[in-house]
Amino acid sequence: MTKPDLIVTRLHQVAHARAGDKGNRSNISLIPYNPNLYSLLKEQVTESRVLALFSHKGATKVTRYELPNLPAFNFVLDDALEGGVNSALNLDQHGKSLSSLLLTMDVKVPNDLISR
Amino acid sequence: MTPSTVYIGCGAGFSGDRLDAAIPVVNTLTKKQGPKYLIFETLAERTLALAQKQKQQDPNHGYSPFLEDYLRPILKTCAGSGIKIVSNFGAANPIGAAKKISEIAAQLDCKNLKIAIILGDDLLNVFSSDEIRNHPTIEGLEINDQEIIAANAYLGARPIAEALRLGADIVVVGRCTDPALVLGPLINEFGWTENDWQHLAQGTMAGHLLECGAQVTGAYFADPGYKDVPNLAEVGFPIAEIKDDGSIIITKADETGGIVSEQTVKEQLLYEIHDPANYYTADVILDISKVSVEQIAANRVRVSGANGKPYPSTLKATVSINGGWMGEAEMTYAGPNALARAKLAIDVLKKRCQNLKTNYPIRFDILGTVSVHSGDIGPDNYDSFGIDGDYRVRIASKGQDKKIVERINQEMLSLYCSGPAGGGGFRQHLTDQIHTASILVDRDKVATKIEFI
Repeated sequence: MTKPDLIVTRLHQVAHARAGDKGNRSNISLIPYNPNLYSLLKEQVTESRVLALFSHKGATKVTRYELPNLPAFNFVLDDALEGGVNSALNLDQHGKSLSSLLLTMDVKVPNDLISR
Repeated sequence: MTPSTVYIGCGAGFSGDRLDAAIPVVNTLTKKQGPKYLIFETLAERTLALAQKQKQQDPNHGYSPFLEDYLRPILKTCAGSGIKIVSNFGAANPIGAAKKISEIAAQLDCKNLKIAIILGDDLLNVFSSDEIRNHPTIEGLEINDQEIIAANAYLGARPIAEALRLGADIVVVGRCTDPALVLGPLINEFGWTENDWQHLAQGTMAGHLLECGAQVTGAYFADPGYKDVPNLAEVGFPIAEIKDDGSIIITKADETGGIVSEQTVKEQLLYEIHDPANYYTADVILDISKVSVEQIAANRVRVSGANGKPYPSTLKATVSINGGWMGEAEMTYAGPNALARAKLAIDVLKKRCQNLKTNYPIRFDILGTVSVHSGDIGPDNYDSFGIDGDYRVRIASKGQDKKIVERINQEMLSLYCSGPAGGGGFRQHLTDQIHTASILVDRDKVATKIEFI
């Protein structure tokens, strides 16, 4: 059996996400459309890569929580919201659009697991 | 006798949610056999502080501004069908809200409605302002020397359950945990005891899934071509069916748009959660790390596997203080070379603001290039798109002195005659800021009281 081709694609092609806020912390869920991608995403969407993606927004720490039964991840980003909903000058004070920023990250996945 | 299934619908997920959303929920609930409830969650962190300010100006106000819009279309049907209503729309003035409901009920000829008010969340009745300031804030925000506008503890589900046991048809709360609006009715129906952590956890999870309204039924979810949602304009709000064993099925109002799928439920399950194994509430520490979801039929998803641990010894409270002013001003540049003109506007604004010699934070955006995903002062460059286009230049600033913030906005206004070619569509806002911080208070200090009117 030949191995399926690996392709580089944005997370948006293989997973969905939702952002929420509490104070100056953002949490962003990451849910693969295909459950079989969970372990690949676990290898590739690491705390350090997510921190790098959000560092220009002031994020100081990223904690990744794993929920293998769903399967899904929950990323908690400290200090990513310009002080939070009550003090941010950003048009999107809640950081609701940050789920879309997470989904811009590139991942390398087998062609046959890209399905919705 | 313990019922087999309790039906709980949600009519609003935030203050300002769809005003007619509850109507199909109520119509669906009327067809169910068993206890039926309708909740409205209308109180975000800062909503209460705004309400407190309104109450200071007029003692008859300070409850949800949409109370009447939400209740008038459905109150008579609820009263006639035994659908009980539980909501935090009391905000800063639960008594005022209850009086208003009583007035609406009389106008609609709904007789003998028992309206309960849960009191005790307002910590300004318990502590002095100095005592509140002595509690360290979870966020590390400094609240010394600031007038405290509001301080409210998140009450749990027990007083709501007790009010229902005493015969309330409508329960009006100020600040309580959002899931308590659902857990309260479940405790009342199933008699779950204070240390029945597994059931309390399942009930809290049901509340968490319902509390944001249509966010679990396809709203805040649609992404065309990726996550398609039928008839989002008429999205159906959720109904949970919960059994005595704590099992939960999430579904939605009949004959509505939207969708209930494993995907929609997963997104809402993790919404505003930090550590999934430790979600603190007044009634239980919820652990959703082992939860599973399963589509059992169209628009029906079973959610199972929540675990519970004993509730913490403290209650969370939100303290609101004055936060000065925020100014925002915008101007549009469109057509050929629009981006160059927008960038020139930014250049002019930056120089003009430097002349003001203020240390207030100021942010410069060009909407249409990159804005919300950029850093705290705006992006390093605005070249993500082509040159032609439709660009909106935005400035935002904040500080204690209203005059300076107004002056910064004025720099945008002056671009009409003193800026680049063809700027138009100026708008500005000046917002009275409220900052919030969280503290933990000894739960024994917070006494709740139930009143009926």
